[in-house]
Amino acid sequence: MGRGLFGILGPPMIGPSSSHTAGAARIGLMCRSIVQADIAEVTFFLHGSFANTYKGHGTDRALVGGLMGMQPDDERIIRSLDVAKKEKIKINFVKTDLGNVHPNTVEAVITSKNGETASIVASSIGGGEINLVSINGFHADLSGNYNAIIVRHKDKVGMISKITNMFEKNNINIVSLSNNREKKGQTAITIIEMDGELSPNMLTDISKTADIYSVSNINKI
Amino acid sequence: MYSNANELKDLCDRSGKKIWQVAIEVESEYNETTIDEIRQKIKENIDIMRQACNKTLKKEIPSISGLTSGMAKKIFSYMGKDNAIFSKEILKSVAYSLSCFEVNTSMGKIVAAPTAGSCGILPGCLFMLAEKINAVDDDLINAFITAAAIGTIIEKNATLSGAEGGCQAECGSASAMAAAAMTEMLGGSVEQCLHAGSMAITNVMGQICDPIAGLVEIPCAKRNAIGVVNAILCADMALAGIECFVPFDEVIVAMYEVGKALPATLRETGIGGLAGTPTGVAARRKIFGE
Repeated sequence: MGRGLFGILGPPMIGPSSSHTAGAARIGLMCRSIVQADIAEVTFFLHGSFANTYKGHGTDRALVGGLMGMQPDDERIIRSLDVAKKEKIKINFVKTDLGNVHPNTVEAVITSKNGETASIVASSIGGGEINLVSINGFHADLSGNYNAIIVRHKDKVGMISKITNMFEKNNINIVSLSNNREKKGQTAITIIEMDGELSPNMLTDISKTADIYSVSNINKI
Repeated sequence: MYSNANELKDLCDRSGKKIWQVAIEVESEYNETTIDEIRQKIKENIDIMRQACNKTLKKEIPSISGLTSGMAKKIFSYMGKDNAIFSKEILKSVAYSLSCFEVNTSMGKIVAAPTAGSCGILPGCLFMLAEKINAVDDDLINAFITAAAIGTIIEKNATLSGAEGGCQAECGSASAMAAAAMTEMLGGSVEQCLHAGSMAITNVMGQICDPIAGLVEIPCAKRNAIGVVNAILCADMALAGIECFVPFDEVIVAMYEVGKALPATLRETGIGGLAGTPTGVAARRKIFGE
């Protein structure tokens, strides 16, 4: 079936290019969803076609629009840079080479007002679809098409089953699961995409589990 | 369920249904949505497209790059004049498609159909024809469903991406979708719809994707215009009884093979073709200061 009729007739979007504007806006939304804090400054490191054509395609405005919560079909995207300025968010664009990644890739380095920083790498892979490549250096693989959680926890035996047991108990189906670690015995990160969504109670239960350091809830975009 | 045009035709023949009827039933079954929900969502997309097709007919809105503006307005005020070679209807269809495309390049709201770079062709054709034959909203929704069904077949067996297959894959596919949908709107058989679609792709086979400065703008707008005229011609040819010698499923595979055989410089990289001309290179320097 592929993407079905609406993969052909759609998405509704701000032009001129599904990769350069719709996908870019969704990357901005994904960043917003991951950071979940008031943002002070963002530097977008643009790679490949993003670096070469971002001005003429409005990729800069789409990335910032998404970051400000605008959907890919939001007509305010064209004015997003002004909106960010008004909200006193500092935005920088830097052309760079991120190495062996998709031609439409960006690294967003985001500093929140609370002083925390995050680095998010994502690619716009065509038709408005995106792929989150990494968060803070940890490999990730997220499409934004499902609700997801990112769990930071100790790298030790049985952590994944503790988490997935809670999914089973709450009758939530897992779409995809990935896990990787910094170093043996130190911090690991588990990323789970799901059908449906987690209740606040379940999120609390997961975050209270021993050896789990943090849980971020990422809404589908 | 159908995975190519032959299977779609079989389903239509066995049930006596039109393409849109089969397509909406399949969509409803596989994506677990109701037929009413699908029709409503198509209608919402049609509303966005209709606004885009009318937005720059009387008012110029320059593109973000500053390279183009005002084409829709020029054709819209020219159509119907004594000198015009094409009929008013055909030029109106072109004006609609250019307006939709100008909304796209000025960062306005459009619906990819099947891509942003080819967004003007399908609505340009269908809105004109709906007005010409006084079609009601439901007929128009049906036509867009038929067009999308043709698009799903091309996506599944070939490609809709300019980076992969050149302009023939984007504007060629949009033209085929529009040609098939118009043929069905005018009472053509399923077979005639497929002939119209096959001929539309055949007519632009080999068309490269060579956007100046790598931007979805030049020559894309005019390739949307020729895509409209191509679709109208192919619908008329099919309705007149002209057939495409090679069947639809084989035509789209051939289109895909041709696309893959194109050098990368002619597949949306902004390097070859018009992009590589002195004028194209100068435009890139002017925009990006390189």
